[in-house]
Amino acid sequence: MRDAFIVGVGQTPVGEHWDRGLRELGAEAVRAALDDAGFETAGALYVGNMLGGCVNGQENVATLVADAAGLLPVEALKIEAACASGGAAVRAAALAVAAGACDVAVAAGVEKMTDGAPDGIIAGLATAADQDYEASHGMSFVALSALLMRRYMHETGAPREAFAPFAVVAHANAATNGNAMFREPISAEQFGRSALVASPIGIFDAAPVCDGAAAVVVCSQEALRAHHKPVRIAAASVATDTIALAARSDVLTLSAAAVSAQKAYAAAGRGPKDMDLFEAHDAFTIITALSLEACGFAKRGEALRLAAEGCIAPGGCIPISTFGGLKARGHPVGASGAYQIVEAALQLRGEGGENQVKGARRALAQSVGGHGSVAVTHILEA
Amino acid sequence: MDLARYHRLRSAYYRLEGQRCTSCQAVQFPARTTCRICRARTLEPHRLSGRGTVYSHAEVGPAPRGFASPYLVALVQLEEGLLLTAQLTDVDPEDVMIGLPVEMVTRRIQEHGAQGYLVYGYKFRPILPRRKAS
Amino acid sequence: MRSAQPVGIAGYGAYVPRLRVRTSDISNAWRPRGAIAPAVAEKSVPGPDEDVVTMSIEAARTALDRAGTELERIGAVWVGTESKPYAVKPSATIVAEALGITPHVVAADMEFACKAGSEAMQAAVAFVGSGMVEAALAIGMDTAQSKPGDALEYTAGCGGAAYLFAAAEDALAVVEASVSHVTDTPDFFRREGAAYPEHGGRFTGEPSYFRHTRAASRRLLEDVGAGPEDFAHAVFHQPVPKFVEKVASELGFTPAQIDTGLVARRMGNAYAGSSLLGLAAVLDVARPGDRIFFCSYGSGAGSDAFAFRVTGRIEARRAGAAVADYLDRRQVVDGYGRYLQLRGKVRRG
Repeated sequence: MRDAFIVGVGQTPVGEHWDRGLRELGAEAVRAALDDAGFETAGALYVGNMLGGCVNGQENVATLVADAAGLLPVEALKIEAACASGGAAVRAAALAVAAGACDVAVAAGVEKMTDGAPDGIIAGLATAADQDYEASHGMSFVALSALLMRRYMHETGAPREAFAPFAVVAHANAATNGNAMFREPISAEQFGRSALVASPIGIFDAAPVCDGAAAVVVCSQEALRAHHKPVRIAAASVATDTIALAARSDVLTLSAAAVSAQKAYAAAGRGPKDMDLFEAHDAFTIITALSLEACGFAKRGEALRLAAEGCIAPGGCIPISTFGGLKARGHPVGASGAYQIVEAALQLRGEGGENQVKGARRALAQSVGGHGSVAVTHILEA
Repeated sequence: MDLARYHRLRSAYYRLEGQRCTSCQAVQFPARTTCRICRARTLEPHRLSGRGTVYSHAEVGPAPRGFASPYLVALVQLEEGLLLTAQLTDVDPEDVMIGLPVEMVTRRIQEHGAQGYLVYGYKFRPILPRRKAS
Repeated sequence: MRSAQPVGIAGYGAYVPRLRVRTSDISNAWRPRGAIAPAVAEKSVPGPDEDVVTMSIEAARTALDRAGTELERIGAVWVGTESKPYAVKPSATIVAEALGITPHVVAADMEFACKAGSEAMQAAVAFVGSGMVEAALAIGMDTAQSKPGDALEYTAGCGGAAYLFAAAEDALAVVEASVSHVTDTPDFFRREGAAYPEHGGRFTGEPSYFRHTRAASRRLLEDVGAGPEDFAHAVFHQPVPKFVEKVASELGFTPAQIDTGLVARRMGNAYAGSSLLGLAAVLDVARPGDRIFFCSYGSGAGSDAFAFRVTGRIEARRAGAAVADYLDRRQVVDGYGRYLQLRGKVRRG
């Protein structure tokens, strides 16, 4: 397998795009990434998308985006791995280039959630859970996270307020990201006072419903050009776990996230201590905590201490969600994994602006779908 | 209306029927093609006790289509050791805690509109206080 | 009537939902201040996930557990009710599936207003008594319907009981004899597609409830050659407590004989479940040798009367939830609005 490099990035702002649908959002991000790379077209397009079918009534989303972006008759396929779809699309593009199937591939993630009715969005998100043994019993995505958070609090003795740093850091980072949905910082006190969505989960524990698209151009060594600032994909790995939360031997261990991280560390010949930043899947504060533990930054039950000590903030030992993360940049579900890769690449290119992690050389990005039933982990190197 | 789907699930939904492995005696729910412990395929239908304790719980606010909130959901740890996900019923939110003993009851779990199909299945409630048999 | 082979009750189980509504909350919504107090102080209300099927399953599980009968020996199940979850589709097949007694079983829903449950009992006695099946399950269960503001809304409650009938040698109470008495009397009915039943007001009293209950009861007493004083307990259908008190007195039963079975005082009228629930409350305390008098009533109209004799097996067949356990488990709902929501009288827009 040959090396694959990210040489172009593109993204739309995350938010409520009342004037744009799946095709416009997807095409804008894809064109921006190709422009950034200086390529007119690509050999393949992989589009991560989760809710096109059940919320937008649109499957075949990759063809839709390829058409709108003027890339026909390119090979174009939708990649679906629930909330990890965007990350999985990047992995597909990296595989295509590494395998020699093409020299230039585009990976995008796109989601258009705000067209759906609220109960339709909740039902749509629940399609990532086990339909027979979770969703059919009224389990929502928020409720499943609430079950995890309650158990975590029970086992560690932590109060709700101990989860505040994840939201506070994410909102602070988003404040200087022009593409973020929420650009107002919040305080730990505001977090503590926030209304409950599904006790113990409050509105500041949860990422918002929103629209957005992001894309990266991946190419081979041979296709690199002089003006590129290539970011090498040192590892891209996927692992799975039981689709039903209840079937896991330890519900507080995201084993798919842990296995995919271990595979990525092994492939890159690196470990957690070598990472300069971590784009975590902070859809809920509890998932951030469990992801930090799964990726080896904290032992089981100790992620909250890491957060309390300031490790996750800019300048800390492992800055997370450096552009606001899913929590504050926004979580257009099937696109979030692609946003993570765009943001990590910007950091490694030294183009993070006010959000730049100084001297960033290596980044870990992890996308988690279906409450840990599937996880995609990337290690990127400058 | 998913009529066929719920029909397929009736043994599991109505009476909590899972499987027992005749090789290692492990019990599992729901049914699978292999034993979750020893991977043997020597599985027979097995009805679970339906008694356990609350392992974790949450109150659902905004509900998915087809459900009327608010309601309570839980991970329940059965006497057999395994966990399953279900709604709690006949209990107020302030009375639920981790470790609460619960028992299975068969209730409506979905109503597809006032004219539509009714899905029945397991839920859990606090164990009914019972007088001693005389 | 007597079956060819002697038959009895091998196991029984009851069910009453946890929720109650105060009838004063209903009265406050519809009646002027100072109006006459409702006949019962509170009545049972099904939870949002309960209906005749779920309630029948729980009562039947208790009955089967108590009887200890092998599931494959149960050859019939009937659910008597006037609040079937489906207008067309049997409740009994869902109950049978949940109990694990499918597929070789006779199953159907019975309809005869408030007498549907005792109709199921007559059928079970006949099926077992003829030798067609070894054991048969008869259930009477209702989530009783009433129009908002109507007189029935103050009493229409929810609950019922399940009885597993089997050969007399395995019975906790043996059936001595039964009677059925019917006429065409249009005191109460509900047309297809109508949400609530209509009733004839005072016409539901003397020409309906009282005439049929008295006639069936007297016929049964003659049939078994006994007087009221020979029975430890008497159970009747319970539209309101005073109907039971009046008909019992007319027949010569004392207040002490009807006290235990008069569960309507605590939870209202469970329609097809009413008299069967009263019988379960009596069995919860009955002693070996006791004779129990039972007479249902259903609009339309008719009564089924049964005489039972309790056996020595009763003591060993009372594990699990008693009627009193369900009546003691009570949570009063927050006002008439919540009651309307729970009964589906108002629905989410």
